[in-house]
Amino acid sequence: MLEARQITYIYGAGTPFEIKALDGADFSVSAGEFAGVIGHTGSGKSTLIQHLNGLLKPHGGQVLLEGRDIWDKGNKMRNVRFAVGLVFQYPEYQLFEETVEKDIAFGPKAMGLSEIEISERTAEAMELVGLDKSIAAKSPFDLSGGQKRRAAIAGVIAMRPKVLVLDEPTAGLDPSGRREIMSLLSAYRKQSGAAVVLVTHSMEDIARAADSLTVLSRSKTVARGSLNEVFHNRETLTQIGLDVPAVTRVLLRLRSLGLDVDTEAYTLEDAIESLSRLRAGNHPVAAETTSPPVGGTPPQEENKRGLTFNSPLGRGGRESDGVVSC
Amino acid sequence: MLKDITLGQYFPGSSLVHKLDPRVKFILLFCFITALLMARHPLTYAGVLVYLVSAIAVSRVKPKALMKGLRPMLFIIIFTALLNMFYTPGEPLVSFWVFKISAEGIQRAVFMALRLLMLISATFMLTYTTSPIALSDALARLLSPLAKLRVPVHEFAMMMTIALRFIPTIIEETDKIMSAQKARGADFETGNLFRRAKALIPLLVPLFVSAFRRADDLAVAMECRCYRGGEGRTRLKQLHMTGKDTLTLLGSLLLLSGVTVLGRLGWFLP
Repeated sequence: MLEARQITYIYGAGTPFEIKALDGADFSVSAGEFAGVIGHTGSGKSTLIQHLNGLLKPHGGQVLLEGRDIWDKGNKMRNVRFAVGLVFQYPEYQLFEETVEKDIAFGPKAMGLSEIEISERTAEAMELVGLDKSIAAKSPFDLSGGQKRRAAIAGVIAMRPKVLVLDEPTAGLDPSGRREIMSLLSAYRKQSGAAVVLVTHSMEDIARAADSLTVLSRSKTVARGSLNEVFHNRETLTQIGLDVPAVTRVLLRLRSLGLDVDTEAYTLEDAIESLSRLRAGNHPVAAETTSPPVGGTPPQEENKRGLTFNSPLGRGGRESDGVVSC
Repeated sequence: MLKDITLGQYFPGSSLVHKLDPRVKFILLFCFITALLMARHPLTYAGVLVYLVSAIAVSRVKPKALMKGLRPMLFIIIFTALLNMFYTPGEPLVSFWVFKISAEGIQRAVFMALRLLMLISATFMLTYTTSPIALSDALARLLSPLAKLRVPVHEFAMMMTIALRFIPTIIEETDKIMSAQKARGADFETGNLFRRAKALIPLLVPLFVSAFRRADDLAVAMECRCYRGGEGRTRLKQLHMTGKDTLTLLGSLLLLSGVTVLGRLGWFLP
């Protein structure tokens, strides 16, 4: 669907302040897929995604949208921008219209749609991001921080892009705000069948939502593939200062202590399932496993509830303080 | 993109010119311009030119960077030179239609162009080799005697420092908002003047909103650090005149006044 091949980009080319932001980075997302992009600050994530809709022209490499180079002559860049919707970091700073409704309608209007279609799409986008109809006529500057963010995302969703790219959409939000954004992304994907590309720092968000993962480090793509493929190669991640999700770390630790758990679990729910399977199977080493109540508890909290177990090594213990060193 | 604008841009370096006390650089620029404007004799022009070229050589500022700064001024320089060439009275060498070109005209045109080129290059030399903060600092120090006349020198200097500090930030912000609106299909490049002006609204509104937000934040941050204005305020980096600074200042003054005086004498001498 959308593919970036060997992208090289240099900021300030030809000045004394040259910075190579990307050096042969690869990325791809297929139709309907939820792709994660992860990497440290300065690894080139934001630069990479600005190539996906042609805001930046690569100094090397190419970007293919449905098999066609977006920089081909005769290709209308605006159509690329409508097909690949890009939500920047802190998108609420781009709001400008008098009313929320008008602001969301900015993109569809630029597409040259009819009035009816525009208002239909605006209403749909507002509903999708969970904004009440009553604030449609309000000024976007009167909204709360989380509402502003959702209004800005709605402005891009209203263009019905085939690929929705978001740069750290949960940055600076509280846990409930984060969860709302993440669930609206899943809902949008389910409803529209569009591909979603999520750029983030949070392994947990990726583990919860993404099908595939691209890892960037120092301007290069260092790992790419399904979650299993990337997380199996833990050394690559730890080398660049990242790691598998916290729950997976717990499971890996349990396994190293002799418990035969399935370590291919990346979210809290999966981990609980993996552990209860262990208990149901009446595995000799798993004497007792108390699972925390199933629910939307953040991953960091799960071992506070105490995963008690007795290991055959005689090191029966309680990992109780929420810090698991592996 | 916008980031490529050279607006009084500073190129960091470690040459003698870079390290010179910014106050000295200010004074020298002032004297240089005075000498340049008083120059009439080719000797003075030659002296001033040699001075400027050697300063550029010592600073290791790339001539290419200097050229880039000069390019926008080229039209004015050429226009001025042409006007001088055609409108200087004298024995015409060539004449066609209403135009007459005299030897004096050519001479004056060349000198005028040279004068403007040197004037602009010298100013660029100051901004290229001095950081904006050092510049406003030096200006504040040089103007500090005016404080006795109740001129709010400190406030002006602070305003200038803040403005200079935020130019790159605002440019970056503009770039970001532009990208964000382009991603929503905004079109800043096509259409007639009216449409283009209208297309700027999605850029300007968020830019102003964020500029005011930044100003608010900065004011709070300054108050948190107990900023109360200029009275009794000390500096982290004191400006000190070193031996090198004094030497450069005296040497340059001697040279510039020397060529000026010689040029003036030369004017009267045969």
